[in-house]
Amino acid sequence: MKEAYINAKILDPHKNKEFIGDIIIEKDKIIDVGPNIHKKEKPKNYTNIHDCKNLFICPGLLDMRVSFGEPISEHKAAFAGGITTVVCLPNTDPVVDNVSVAEYIQRKAREVSNLNLYTYGSITKNFDGENLCEMGLLSKAGVKGFTDATKSIENSAVLKRALEYSKAFDSLVIQFPEDKNLANDGVMNEGEISTRLGLAGIPSIAEVIIIERDLRLVEATGAKYHVSCVSTAESVEAIKNAKKKGIKVTCDTSPQYFTLNEMAVEDYRTFAKVSPPLRSEKDRVAIVNGLKDGTIDAIQSDHMPQDEDNKRLPFNNAEKGIVGLETLLPLSLELYHNKSLSLLDVIKKLTKNPADILNLDHGTLSKGSKADLLIFDPNKPFIVNVKKFKSKSKNSPFDKKPSQGKVIKTICSGEVSYPA
Amino acid sequence: MKLLKDSKRALLKPHLLSVEDLSIPEVDILLNKANFYADANKQKGKIEKTLKRSTVITLFFETSTRTKTSFELAAKRLGANSIGINASASAIKKGETLIDTAMTLNAMHADVLIVRHPDSGAVKLLSEKVNCAVINAGDGTHEHPTQALLDALTIKRNKKNIKNLNIAICGDVLHSRVARSNILLLSKLGARLRVIAPPTLIPKNIENLGIEVFTDMKKGLVDCDIVMMLRLQMERMKGLYVPSTKEYFKFYGLDHEKLKKAKKDALIMHPGPMNRGIEIDSSLADNLDRSLIHQQVEMGVAVRMACLEMLTLGIDK
Repeated sequence: MKEAYINAKILDPHKNKEFIGDIIIEKDKIIDVGPNIHKKEKPKNYTNIHDCKNLFICPGLLDMRVSFGEPISEHKAAFAGGITTVVCLPNTDPVVDNVSVAEYIQRKAREVSNLNLYTYGSITKNFDGENLCEMGLLSKAGVKGFTDATKSIENSAVLKRALEYSKAFDSLVIQFPEDKNLANDGVMNEGEISTRLGLAGIPSIAEVIIIERDLRLVEATGAKYHVSCVSTAESVEAIKNAKKKGIKVTCDTSPQYFTLNEMAVEDYRTFAKVSPPLRSEKDRVAIVNGLKDGTIDAIQSDHMPQDEDNKRLPFNNAEKGIVGLETLLPLSLELYHNKSLSLLDVIKKLTKNPADILNLDHGTLSKGSKADLLIFDPNKPFIVNVKKFKSKSKNSPFDKKPSQGKVIKTICSGEVSYPA
Repeated sequence: MKLLKDSKRALLKPHLLSVEDLSIPEVDILLNKANFYADANKQKGKIEKTLKRSTVITLFFETSTRTKTSFELAAKRLGANSIGINASASAIKKGETLIDTAMTLNAMHADVLIVRHPDSGAVKLLSEKVNCAVINAGDGTHEHPTQALLDALTIKRNKKNIKNLNIAICGDVLHSRVARSNILLLSKLGARLRVIAPPTLIPKNIENLGIEVFTDMKKGLVDCDIVMMLRLQMERMKGLYVPSTKEYFKFYGLDHEKLKKAKKDALIMHPGPMNRGIEIDSSLADNLDRSLIHQQVEMGVAVRMACLEMLTLGIDK
């Protein structure tokens, strides 16, 4: 039987259009999208007709960088955040560096929920930075790309080989750009604030140095390459120039890098300790501009749950990371509310663009695709309350932040997954 | 902590964690009181036991001789019960977290907790979990406020006024909490600050704190009234920041020749412990006409007595 969602403001990232219309789904598929189409059939042919009363509908969001760990239990948080597809980092224990772990994770994920969950494989075995994984076998097992998660591939020869080899399987290599030696034992951005706090700083050039080296190798090999977590002005500029030159490169960032700057860690606030660190205001503005001019293709949450005991420590010893699933949409919508991007462009960076980068059949409203939908109100004001998070962990610097934009309903494979 | 009815607090904040916690009048109150105790200590005069029935705990997560002894002596002179906890031999070694340690000590109803910790910000974190006054006796490379206060008192007693003095802080500024506290405090009191160090030991954007930065010691020392040397903190360095101590002494060690660039009556300070022959020429350190190094230690006890008294003033003991 069919279900109809009618009178919705539909944001279709593929057709690049916003229009008022209906979406008809049958079982787990979208069968039709368009203005007034539900009238083609008699009402009794629908099990339900939902009047969306001018709320927005877009494809369910695709979050291309999350750390879920095992057991996989963060699906409720994903649905609450309007996310229907996630791609997990391989930083599980054990690392996703062989077929059996990759298959285990995908099977486990299917057992707990219908959330579309994919995983990356690591580039090197156990993130050792030296020995390549079985990229071919892992690709066959459904891995969507390769990355050493929160570690940069330092050795240029290893990266060159990984890029070359990945071409045989048309795989994507994802770099987390941070020069380990320059970052040294730094815990925050290097600058006046780190000087005042007496904390060891990570210079912002630690990021662009890796990107610039990598771009040379990408140019030489012609492999598919993606930069994760872009956080500095220099990085945006380097990638912008590379794109102009025609080098195949894509990149993403997380909401914390366009909504916060290094001031957020003042008073030793460990909840704002992230990797890469929050940068200067100049960098933050450059990230916004990079999103505007299309240099930065996608926005991901870099969801990284940490229990409170690992955060309530002296800044040096506290763990890095933020739970991001449930703030991804409202924080990204700030770009729309402050007129940096159109609503459709914000949604593209959360759906079509990451889907294109990863070659995934998600984040679309085209006929015959999976019925993964997000119904939301971009203007509804609310105050972020971590206590209401579905995520097991509450490590967010955005607690009590006044925000705008709420998920009303998340539909995954035709089922209402949020509110559950 | 329970405040007495109609009591007058000398300090606005309950803890002394950073120089930034203190207003200029509060610094004046502390320095005047400390000056009084400095004289009283010298004359072995009778000191009122204002901390009678109080308990002072020193909790040091880093080794220390002078600061720990200085605080314990200050507490005893004011009549307090003082207990020293050796963190390396306690429950912390058994895996207890800093916050749990704080809660445990809090349950013992101490009046003042004096804490040193190798991590910046750790003392502040601990202070958020206890009901007593906390004094930061050095946290990582962040601050060491009582050291800055004792340096200010030493300068005041030798130069009368701190305002408009040219003060150079030389050496390993990057790893120095003493430098940070002194820059903040002495600038607050109207001195003109400069730092002199090799570029690898200058923290990023330190000029934003309103000070001048020199990498040539001979230029930096011109017209200085006070030359404050810092210890080269090899134990905090990961990797080499200077090629050798020999080269360091040649360019950044204080010797007779470099000191000539400063004012004729310029005085030398050092927070200790000194590396003789690395940052300071041994004979200069021992020159009683120029070196205030021993006075600094003496003022340390007086300043800590003032801090203990002022922090507990107006609190039900």
